[in-house]
Amino acid sequence: MIPGVSLIEILTVSTLMFFIGVYGFLTRKNLITILMSLELMLNGAAINFVAFNKYLYPGQPNGQLFALFLIAVAACEVALAIAIVINLYRKIKAVDVEQVNTLKH
Amino acid sequence: MEKIIFYILSAVILSLSLMSVLSRKLLRSAVYLFGVLTAIAGFYFLIGYHFLGAVQLTVYAGGIVVLIIFSILLTHDIDHQMPTPDWSRVAVAGALCVAGAVMFVQLLQGSLFSRVEAPEQSDLNTVGNTLLNPGGGGYLLPFEVVSILLLAVMIGAIVIAKQRHSVDDSSPEKQAP
Amino acid sequence: MEGYAYTIWIILLPFLVFLVTGVLSLRIRPQLAGWIGTAGILVTLVLSLLTAWNYFSAALPADGGWPTVIPVNYTWLRFSDTLVVHMGVLLDPISIMMLLVVSIVSSMVHIYSLGYMKDEPGFARYFAFLSLFSFSMYGLVLATNLFQIYFFWELVGVSSYLLIGFYYDRPSAVAAAKKAFIVTRFADFGFLVGILLLSWYSGTFDFLALNNPDGAAIAGAASATFMGASVLTWALVLIFMGGAGKSAMFPLHIWLPDAMEGPTPVSALIHAATMVVAGVYLVARLFPVYHMSGGAALEVVAWTGAITALFAALIAITQEDIKRVLAYSTMSQIGYMMLSLGVSGYGGEEGLGYTASMFHLFTHAMFKALLFLGAGAVIHAVHSNVMGDMGGLRKYLPITHAAFLVACLAIAGIPPLSGFFSKDEILAAALHHNPAIYGIALLVAGLTALYMFRLYFRVFWGEEKAYAHKPHEAPLVMWGPLMVLAALSVVGGFIPFGHYVSSDRQVMAMHPEMSIAVTASVVSIAGILLAMWLYRRPSALPAQIAGSLGSLYQSAKNKFYIDEIYMGVTKKILFAGIATPVAWFDRHIVDGTMNAIANLTARISSVIKGLQSGHVQQYAVGFVVGVLGLVVIFIYWLKF
Repeated sequence: MIPGVSLIEILTVSTLMFFIGVYGFLTRKNLITILMSLELMLNGAAINFVAFNKYLYPGQPNGQLFALFLIAVAACEVALAIAIVINLYRKIKAVDVEQVNTLKH
Repeated sequence: MEKIIFYILSAVILSLSLMSVLSRKLLRSAVYLFGVLTAIAGFYFLIGYHFLGAVQLTVYAGGIVVLIIFSILLTHDIDHQMPTPDWSRVAVAGALCVAGAVMFVQLLQGSLFSRVEAPEQSDLNTVGNTLLNPGGGGYLLPFEVVSILLLAVMIGAIVIAKQRHSVDDSSPEKQAP
Repeated sequence: MEGYAYTIWIILLPFLVFLVTGVLSLRIRPQLAGWIGTAGILVTLVLSLLTAWNYFSAALPADGGWPTVIPVNYTWLRFSDTLVVHMGVLLDPISIMMLLVVSIVSSMVHIYSLGYMKDEPGFARYFAFLSLFSFSMYGLVLATNLFQIYFFWELVGVSSYLLIGFYYDRPSAVAAAKKAFIVTRFADFGFLVGILLLSWYSGTFDFLALNNPDGAAIAGAASATFMGASVLTWALVLIFMGGAGKSAMFPLHIWLPDAMEGPTPVSALIHAATMVVAGVYLVARLFPVYHMSGGAALEVVAWTGAITALFAALIAITQEDIKRVLAYSTMSQIGYMMLSLGVSGYGGEEGLGYTASMFHLFTHAMFKALLFLGAGAVIHAVHSNVMGDMGGLRKYLPITHAAFLVACLAIAGIPPLSGFFSKDEILAAALHHNPAIYGIALLVAGLTALYMFRLYFRVFWGEEKAYAHKPHEAPLVMWGPLMVLAALSVVGGFIPFGHYVSSDRQVMAMHPEMSIAVTASVVSIAGILLAMWLYRRPSALPAQIAGSLGSLYQSAKNKFYIDEIYMGVTKKILFAGIATPVAWFDRHIVDGTMNAIANLTARISSVIKGLQSGHVQQYAVGFVVGVLGLVVIFIYWLKF
């Protein structure tokens, strides 16, 4: 518990951060920036886990562990995404998500 | 004192997030993200989860951001300036995000959270024991799953990013005669 | 009973030959296929002759009647204890007689075809179809029950269709094949309903049970009535409808003249000697049932036969195409057989008509096949079907001329040729039962002589035409069969037919009646002399007579407009009245509904396929909107 700081305040910050990430995800065209927006959203969620653990269930480390796994999975995701970005760049010389619509075929 | 630090951290997190999302220069965007992640690590330290904060710093700020910066440098020149997104896209995304943020923050204000009182158990011993405990309440299985996931991703990333010289070159040779 | 098991091979052998030549028709040399087919049919000929010899030389049973032998009866379909369909072989005097007719004519046609169809493309296919036909016809004549006869009945229809349409690149042949198939199919519908009615009431398909003179099998059908006649009568009339379709009885005859589009040996085999008499055979096969049902059904048979005989004879006088004359002549002669069956009684002297009909069937098969094969030789020589292109051919085709003359004398009923005897018996039977029909039959006898000798004189005498190349006699494989058939036409009449075939299977002595024989011969000779006077030398007389007869001649020449009436009925009533509205309904309502559904789907999908843009961010917008929408619905609106 941080003295003088309520759970609501922390959650407000994480929510705002999450929606900033969503905004970035929707407006950006570059795949790498979209990836960065995704990181923002993930971290907002991680803050939530940690805050809930600290404020509501101080007796168990579950929230911390979830945050840890989240970091691991985020690392995986970024590694794969970067591999895809590089491969894509090699193919079409761009990382613009607008040009990558072959998914519909 | 902690309260002030928390507010400072919050301000840093939010402002740098916004700048990271709005900046038209890729590399700057990545640096702002680095700032955000570091501030979050500071928040973990503040809240007393030192191990988590350390992991956040080393893996996220130290690993992932470096990886992102690498990919930026590999695919763009440093001065690359992205075009401003068209207004319709900004309007739709902005409206959705503002509406969502307002909605959720408003919901938060009315929420009542009940605390389970217990002695604080946040030292590294507890975390480690729980993480590697195969018994009830332990996280050994997810731990192993994540380790396999990491291995799979490592192989997958190599396969995806690899130049496919061998396949592209050999097939015409086979057809030639 | 034993000793006839080999007869199953009479049916199976042609089928095997059909399979072999049909499957390999494109692989083996055509000539080889022809030889395989001919060898197969000759084996069945030997087996048939052997069967006939064994059967007729055996001692008669104590009761003096020829036995019915069923050496093979295989249960094919067992639906229930009573509804069982057998396939088998039934031997009795008429099936053996038909066996002889089919095997002799089919063998002669096979041999003849080796020469006639030489160098035709599709030679192997032709022989495969001939084998298929022989298989079906054997199966038909040896059938043990109504269902088997129906099965093979349709098979001969199919093989007839295939052979009429043999020259499938000619539109007229294709049309004729379709016409033959559809008309007979239409008649077979009546046949099937009749079979179902009869078997429903009698509980059996088997001829043996049905034909039992004192059997209870048909009692139920005889007692139930429908529209003033017993169900049995209706069933028999419907069965006769099938027979009339196959045997080209008026008014279902329209397919037969067109069927002459097929190769001439096919006409000889199918459309003169065997398949077209299947209707007669069917009625004869069920004759005891016809007799027991009372007179009504037989009356229908008799009058249909008489009308057809007269009607076809009148048309035959006016036709120009040599094969069509023969086709109408066939119709007329089959009408003769039918009327003879129709006037027949059952047992003893009463059954003279039955014997006479079978006798005439036998002799007619020989001399009509001979006529067709002779006509084939003529066509082979001058490359035309039309009598106008022929004349004076007796100098060029002496063998064909002799054979043709024998056949013409036989069909005209000049003693002592075979036609004289059988026709005589028919006239005697008719005179004893129905003087009106006797009158018609006598008139037809005269007309037969007239049109046959009109044909004969115009082809072999008359004015000599300028031929593109000199007509020449056909090769041995063609005139050999002519000789065999001519010999049979000459001596066929001396077979004591009543000894072998009679309505109640008892031996019956036939006494030629001098008065009838003399009358018939005089009428025939008058017809011949008339034809001689008109056609032996080129003259303007026939045209003058035709002119003076005016509309009668015209309508006969146009086949009494029966085809036109059919076309009118089908086009105006069936097509315009029923088919067109139904087609409209199908096209606009049924299809329209389906098309509307399809178009709607296509339109909606073309609108919503924009959603599947492949742009990740559009999907993400949808996702976020959806999440927020759920929040609004569940938390703000439903207040969970």
